[in-house]
Amino acid sequence: MDTKWFDMGEIDIAWCPGCGNFAILNALKEALSELEIKPERLVVVSGIGQAAKAPHYYKCNLFNGLHGRSLPVATAIKAANPELIVIDESGDGCMYGEGGNHFIHAIRRNPNITNIVHNNMVYGLTKGQASPTSLQGFKTLVQREGVFQEAFNPIALAISLGASFVARAFAGDISQTKDIIKKAISHKGYSLVDVLQPCVTYNKLNTYQWFKGKTYYLEASYDPYDRMEAFRRASEAEKLPLGIFYLNPKPTFEEKLSVYQERKDPLYTRSPDLKKLSEWIDSKRGI
Amino acid sequence: MSRIRGGSNSTLVLVSSSRVSAPVDRIDLLIPFSPGAVGHVQKRISPKTILLGEKKIYGKEYQGERAIDVPLSQIASEIGGPIYSNTVAVALLAGLLKVEREFLNQYLRHHFAGKDENTIQKNIEAARRGYEVSDELLRNGILQIDLVRHNEIKDEILIDGVEALAMGAIAGGCNFLSFYPMSPSTAVAVLLAEHSKEFGIIVEQAEDEISAMNMGIGAWYAGARGLASTSGGGFALMVEGLSLAGMIESPMVVHIGQRPGPATGLPTRTEQGDLLFALYAGHGEFPRVILAPGTIEDCFYLAQNAFNLADQYQVPVFILTDQYLLESHYNIPSLDTARIPLQKHFVETERGYKRYQLTESGLSPRGIPGFGKGIVVLDSDEHDEEGHITEDLDLRTKMVNKRFKKMDLLKKDVIPPELVGPENYKTLIIGWGSTYHAIKEALGRLDREDVAFLYFKQVYPLHPDTITWIKKAKKTVIVENNGTCQFGQLIRMQTGFDMDRKILKYNGLPFSVEELEERLKSVLD
Repeated sequence: MDTKWFDMGEIDIAWCPGCGNFAILNALKEALSELEIKPERLVVVSGIGQAAKAPHYYKCNLFNGLHGRSLPVATAIKAANPELIVIDESGDGCMYGEGGNHFIHAIRRNPNITNIVHNNMVYGLTKGQASPTSLQGFKTLVQREGVFQEAFNPIALAISLGASFVARAFAGDISQTKDIIKKAISHKGYSLVDVLQPCVTYNKLNTYQWFKGKTYYLEASYDPYDRMEAFRRASEAEKLPLGIFYLNPKPTFEEKLSVYQERKDPLYTRSPDLKKLSEWIDSKRGI
Repeated sequence: MSRIRGGSNSTLVLVSSSRVSAPVDRIDLLIPFSPGAVGHVQKRISPKTILLGEKKIYGKEYQGERAIDVPLSQIASEIGGPIYSNTVAVALLAGLLKVEREFLNQYLRHHFAGKDENTIQKNIEAARRGYEVSDELLRNGILQIDLVRHNEIKDEILIDGVEALAMGAIAGGCNFLSFYPMSPSTAVAVLLAEHSKEFGIIVEQAEDEISAMNMGIGAWYAGARGLASTSGGGFALMVEGLSLAGMIESPMVVHIGQRPGPATGLPTRTEQGDLLFALYAGHGEFPRVILAPGTIEDCFYLAQNAFNLADQYQVPVFILTDQYLLESHYNIPSLDTARIPLQKHFVETERGYKRYQLTESGLSPRGIPGFGKGIVVLDSDEHDEEGHITEDLDLRTKMVNKRFKKMDLLKKDVIPPELVGPENYKTLIIGWGSTYHAIKEALGRLDREDVAFLYFKQVYPLHPDTITWIKKAKKTVIVENNGTCQFGQLIRMQTGFDMDRKILKYNGLPFSVEELEERLKSVLD
């Protein structure tokens, strides 16, 4: 399938020239094309932020909801119709800040969705404040003395919660990012892909060059089923590993739902059993 | 207070020769189980109250003829332990009310089904002992209760507000419930969870109410029928999501089981305190519907209807109940699951489908992803007809107008209020939701030919004839279980009319019939 399937034609893209979002957009479109996922079957849920605008720039069913709230929406969509391919795409502020609690519990629930997080370690949409993943010492107009808090480590957190699929990619490498996204979408269960990306306007610290020097790919012999090793690698700060950290195959949220035990059709095709309801009402007569 | 197995609690049972449904203050027969129990209801004990139980726990003020000594705990311990005093007392009461013994035994077998045979037998024995006591009291002429029997009542159903609401939701096609536990709404979720497999409902306990609301909206987007059930404090967290539903024109049904606030308030008491909160909740301007059942039947039919309304008009619909209504049991003839047909309003999409197509009526056909050839795009930003973010300010105006055109449609589809009493009234009493039975019964006692009661079960949008009904009256009285006369404020805002008299109660308890009768008397003359 050609990536043209996902093209929107002449559209006005709001991102700054050189933004890491363009690379992630291209990697995702390529991944979807190679997986032959038709836009009609695809639902992308996003929140608010520069990254959350991404699904407006490729053809898909789109639920661009509230800041931080995309994961509950994505979980419910997949639960109501498991035949849909559901991707949740947003930024580090949306997913790890405003939506932090939902992030934790979506991992625990394990819906079969792919969570792509554009992680540029800064707030772009609101013009340059620190994000949960900003490194200590990162100076902004608000964090004038530099960020004091420990940076949020989504990879380590996801592994600690027993996430089904945990990966980190780098927007500077479209080919590898595409491969990781393809694996994440194909994986059954909740998949986290944290994509490191530069913000060319508001983050002068974590640049393309900085990421290139600071990252390395997990070696071919790395065992993603070893949780302790995954946790050790996720905790590395000197150099940030890229690739699939952790795989933990387990039943998905939808698979465990009682509504899909006897029949598989999505909820929209169904109607209530009024006969059974009348029987229940009648059981309240006399004794 | 939230009591599970500690502290003092009381249960009020109303028995009458004719149908009664509202609480009364008067206690004819009090069966206290613990020393604290008498103090718990002290204000409601009159010289006519008969106490049945152990004299030693009555205290000094309640002695003499009306304090009848029944050794409940001694009988219970002879059977196997203090727990059996409950069944002894129930049988004692059943005996006095001339309930057939076999009927109670059958009930006990049903109630304790699943427990071991020994437990069932001991409870049946406890019932026998209870009947022995009542037989003796009746034989010796110590006590006599005269009631007219209505055998047809045996065939009625006995349910509470929670059950009626849950059954109504199922009849309305609800197949997705997301919630976070909070009294008094939790029981709705627990009941739907119990029946989730049978009726094909996804019941998910969310990490918080923010998630619960967003899940519900996500479920509607994918074609399910979502319900979020909560109380005022939980709804406070759902407000952001409510505004989202308004902007993306998503159907949504929200049940608020009201309890007194602010903040944690009185978690296990009742109030009609969140009407204006539901009305104004959410940033920005968007239409909504607020339903407020006052009877068990209305809990069912309004819940059923809420899902059709939400789907048809693509708006959030509220069902406002309260702790009192949810937890009260009533016997009613029946509920008709087919009275309101289920109508699904989403459409199969074609290529080039536009979710927010501008139409004459303001309603755009609602597509869902995966059903048809089109794609369905929603955006919480202002959007174009396709659903994509826009800053075209002319289009913004068109979209606001489109959303509010639905308000005109909603106003044409309002459930009318019910008039109880004479058509040619001089005084009109107005009430909404759970005050229905108390007002109706207080009015019955007043027995006045010039007073009628207008019961609103849909409080927003307000029925267009409201002002006509009001203007027909020489005097208007509004009765509300809150401190600021919230429905009165809503009526004034919509009609410019201010109620003549207000009867408000906000101590956490529902109106009793006697109390309301007295307070009505004082404003009628």
